[in-house]
Formats: sequence, structure tokens, C-alpha cells
Amino acid sequence: MSVLDDLFTGCREEGRSALVGYLPAGYPDLSTSLEAIRTLADAGADVIEVGVPYTDPLMDGPVVERAASTALRSGFRLKDVFTVVAAAKDAGAVPVVMTYWNPVLRYGVDRFAQDLADAGGAGLITPDLIPDEAGAWRAAAEERGLAPVFLVAPSSTDVRLRSTTQACRGFVYVASTMGVTGVREAVGSDAEHLVERTRAVTDLPLCVGLGVSTGDQAAQVAGFADGVIVGSALVRALGGPDGLGALRHLTEELAAGVRRA
Amino acid sequence: MTTTQQVGDRFGEFGGRYVPEALVAALDELDAARTEAMADPDFLAELDRLHRDYTGRPSPLTEVPRFAAHAGGPRIFLKREDLNHTGSHKINNVLGQALLAVRMGKRRVIAETGAGQHGVATATAAALMGLECTVYMGQVDTERQALNVARMRLLGAEVVAVPTGSATLKDAINEAMRDWVTHVGHTHYLLGTVTGPHPFPTMVRDFHAVIGQEARKQLDDVVGGLPDAVCACVGGGSNAIGIFHAFRDEPSVALWGFEAGGDGIETGRHAARFSGGEPGVLHGASTYVLQDADGQTLETHSVSAGLDYPSIGPEHAFLHDSGLAHYAPVTDREAMDAFSLLCRTEGIIPAIESAHALAGALRIGPELGEGSVVLINLSGRGDKDVDTAARWFGLVDDEGQAHVDGETGPGGDQGGGA
Repeated sequence: MSVLDDLFTGCREEGRSALVGYLPAGYPDLSTSLEAIRTLADAGADVIEVGVPYTDPLMDGPVVERAASTALRSGFRLKDVFTVVAAAKDAGAVPVVMTYWNPVLRYGVDRFAQDLADAGGAGLITPDLIPDEAGAWRAAAEERGLAPVFLVAPSSTDVRLRSTTQACRGFVYVASTMGVTGVREAVGSDAEHLVERTRAVTDLPLCVGLGVSTGDQAAQVAGFADGVIVGSALVRALGGPDGLGALRHLTEELAAGVRRA
Repeated sequence: MTTTQQVGDRFGEFGGRYVPEALVAALDELDAARTEAMADPDFLAELDRLHRDYTGRPSPLTEVPRFAAHAGGPRIFLKREDLNHTGSHKINNVLGQALLAVRMGKRRVIAETGAGQHGVATATAAALMGLECTVYMGQVDTERQALNVARMRLLGAEVVAVPTGSATLKDAINEAMRDWVTHVGHTHYLLGTVTGPHPFPTMVRDFHAVIGQEARKQLDDVVGGLPDAVCACVGGGSNAIGIFHAFRDEPSVALWGFEAGGDGIETGRHAARFSGGEPGVLHGASTYVLQDADGQTLETHSVSAGLDYPSIGPEHAFLHDSGLAHYAPVTDREAMDAFSLLCRTEGIIPAIESAHALAGALRIGPELGEGSVVLINLSGRGDKDVDTAARWFGLVDDEGQAHVDGETGPGGDQGGGA
């Protein structure tokens, strides 16, 4: 049993969904980022997605895109991601990294996998790497007990839902709407439908992302998903005038939300 | 013998599909549609008709002896893609993809553009076929190619200036990808070069292969044989692949791609992927990328907006690594000198992109020597670059007012020729 398996089993036993919180490493700078990660864990995030800031984040909307630019301007280096991962683990959350593929490729797939495992990371979410192209990474992950987490989307065919979830370990990232990351007024009915379709082909926990920003939305998604992923709303809170305070407040609201369903 | 080495969606180790899962279904749909269309006589006949009656194909082959006199011996022939409707080779691929979009039942096309040539071609085809059109263009490029922005808007397209990142072509592609992933149900991404996820590199090449097919026959009619060298500029690499493809299995023909050397490789201010780039992944393809030690994309520089791009089509990466084609950087200065030379010796104003290929030919000419034959893809015309060139050569002042011969200062009302 991996640490992710244990976590989702535990949540299931408690009759709730997991809260998965995303923040970019090094945003707005490395030391604040470490504080933010601790705050996120302390306020109730079960899993922390540590994002790797990247120059060309084509799956991200303006909030995350700007945060990545800020982190890079503040001097973020790729190795810093492991410092942030270790901090998330020390704070009691389960850390996974979310990254576009080129930084990992440049660092070296095996080297990245080793350093991620050494830092206490549980897995890697790859928004622009589909299982079809992930042979080297899947082998490196398997060797070190890391979970490869791939995305499924409303446009995925049933055949692809099956092959993609078969390549996943830990959980499946269910991208609930067609589009980029960002806060949305309503979480589409697409999300529930996609979760149903995905459930039909896998027993893995299903975490739903793209668009959740409030406790009510979290409660709604928790009604049908094993995990609720929140990104842009947390980044926006951290980037606002009250920074860490707003981050704590929102995380607590979301953590209550996933327990309300 | 074939040198293609294309297996499935890969050129050697390069190519593939590094994309969000959300786009996979659309890429599969596109791949199926273009495979079916390219085997459909009706589709091919319609594309041929548009090439002939709308674009003006075949484009002429022009020998340029007064220019060649500066090249150390070879006879030089220009494939005149600059004379196509909309002013560059870009229309070849655009008409093919726009027909495909209609065939797939899409009602909207989106495109990225650097110099604006691909955006203009896309806006043109969208107007012709009654499609909605949005063009993404880096903010820096909208400023240096303002004329093309106006052209696209005249044609009914929405032009979105992209302020993020380096605000050039790569950022325009990021934004187009974001649009596509959001609206993929009714929108076709009319990608303008031979990069991106499969099937784009193969499909765009096939739509441009007409350049080399025509040129090979035209040249054979004149010289009774093959050229010794084929020269093209390489940004993403579509015009180069288009003219290379017909000669790829001819070992006697040297294929030369010329990249943007900017201020010089040693300055770091360039866009020469094969002089400092490393294999990586950008915009959906595994290929050479100008990147730092952490895999972050580097900013590029070129006087030419169309070559100002940190990555290159994956088939070029394969041709480079396998030695089947040669690539070299050409600086801004060399390109502008060649630009000026063609203007003054032949009465042809080339696109600054294409001027990189002209400069490259001047460089390799002496090695090829007397009696050799060089074919250059003149991929676009320079109307869009008149402002940039006029400033470069000091023909206008900072406000764009022309210096008029016989006056001492900047020209008055009679100027403004930029």
C-alpha cells in the first residue's frame, strides 16, 4: 500500500473526500512558498500538489500562469521543488508534484524520480504527458514506488479512459471541464458525468479539478468524487493582500466543504 | 531508398504528442480526417483548383543572375512563393487545413502568427470559406508587424495580442492551445508550421510539399537536372520542409536550412536551435529547444518575427541529427545585407525571413562554384517588412518620416513612405 492508497482509504472510512491543494513552488518566493505549504497542510489539505513553475504553461489560465512567472522572476530553480516537497511532507500532508514535461526531461527522468522519492514525494501529475509517451517515466516511477497520475478529460473516449486509468497509480486526475485552470462560477455537470464514466473502468480514487474555489463547490464535488482539487483559488488567495491569512481561511473553508457532502 | 524514417508519429526519436489528454480526441479526429481527405480525389481536386485559381499556383521559378554574380559562381533560382496570394507560402497549408476544417464540420478556426503571414493567410481562407477566425499574436509582434494586424482585421478576423511571456510567437502558440483546449468541439486549430503534436508536422509538410514538387520540375525544364543545393530559412520550418521534401531522397542535393542568428550566436541573442538548443519538448513535440539548465524556454531574438521562435519542427531535428540536411545560423546583419542586395540587383523585395536563405546561399555559393545550381525558396515578399527595413537602413527617422533625397533633414509632408 502506498501512502496515497492509505490516505484515500482513510478518507473513505471517515466518509469524506480528500482535499487536494495546489500551489506553485517558489511563489511568490521560496521562503514564502514554504510558509504557504505549511499553512495549507495545517489548515486541512490532505494532499499537496507542488507545482513546478514553467515558462510555457499551456494548460494554465492567467492566475497560475502569472504565479509561475513571478516564481521564475524570484529565482526559482528546479531543485527547489524538492525542498518544497519535503516541507509538505514534514507538515503532515502527502506531497505530489505537478509539472510540465520538459523540466523533468531536462533534469533527467531517472534523476528526477530519485530526487522526488528521496524528498518524500508520493507521485507526479503530468498535464502534458499522456501515458502513450510516458514509457521511461512509468518505469522510473514503478522502480521507486512513485505514483504516475495522468489526466482524463470530458473528451476522452471510453477506450482512452480505460488505458489512461490503467497507467495511473494513487489516483486519477479528472479534469472536469474542457479548458485551462482557473476559478469558475459553476462546476459543470460534465464533472459528475465524467466521474461516472471513469468509475466504470477503474477502482482508483478519482480527484476532480479545474474550477473549484469555494466550500460549497467543494461540498458539491465531494458528493461524487474521492478528492477535490483546488488550485487557482488558493494561488489567488496567497497572492492577495492578506496572503497567508487568506490562504488559511480558504483552505479551512474547503476542508469543511469536503466533510459536508 | 527512402530517407524519411517516419514511423507512426515519430521522425526518428522526435515528434510524438506531448499534449493534454483533452486534445487527444481532436488530434485523432484530425488525423483520421486528413488521411481520408488526402486519399479522396474530390478533396485533392478542390485543393488543386484553389491553388490554381485563388493562390495563383504554380508559382514561378525565377533565375536571378545579377544577384548570383555576388555568390561566387552558382546559377541561382528563386522559387517565388512570394507571389502567392497573401504574399507567402503559408497559404498552401492554410487552404488545405481550412478545407479539412469545413470537412470536419468545424465552424471556427484559430491560428498563431509571428510575422503575421500565417495569420493573414488564415484570415483569408476563413473569409473565403465562411469560418469564424481568431488569430493570436505576441504583443511585440503586433507592434513590429502592425500592417499585417490591419490586414487580418480587414479580412474579418479577430486579432488577440498576447502580452504574456516574451510576447512573441511561442506565447501566441500557448494562447492558441489554451483556446483550442477550451473550444475544441467546434474549433480547429489551424497551426501554421511543421511542429506541434502529431499529425500537424506531417500534415503541414504534406500541404507544403507542392513547393518542392513544382520547383523540381520547373528547374529540370530549365537546367535538365537537379540542383546542387536547396536553401530555405527555418523558423518552425514549414517552407523549408515544403521545398526539401521533393529532394530528400536525392543524395546529390545538399539541403540547407538557415536559422535566425540574431545578433550572433556568441551574444546569446538569437533563435538558432541547432546552435545552442538541446533536445526537449515544446508545444506538443519532442524536438530541439532553446532552453536553460532547468528546461525553461529561453527568450529568442531575431530581426525577423517569423524566425523568432525557440523550437523547430521535429522532422528538422531528425534531418539535422541524421545529417540528411545541414543547418547554419545567419545573423540579422547578413540577412539584411542580402535583403538589400536582392532589392537592388533584381527588383524583388523579399521577406526578411526569406532573406536569411538568400544570405545562406551567398555564403555557400563559393564552395559550390561555377556551373553549380542553387535553388532558394523565396518564401515571402517584403511588403510587411518595409518599415523594419527602412529603419534598419536609416531611410526614415524614428517617427517613420522618410528622408527625402536633396533635403538636409527628415522629410516633410511628401515623405511618410514607410
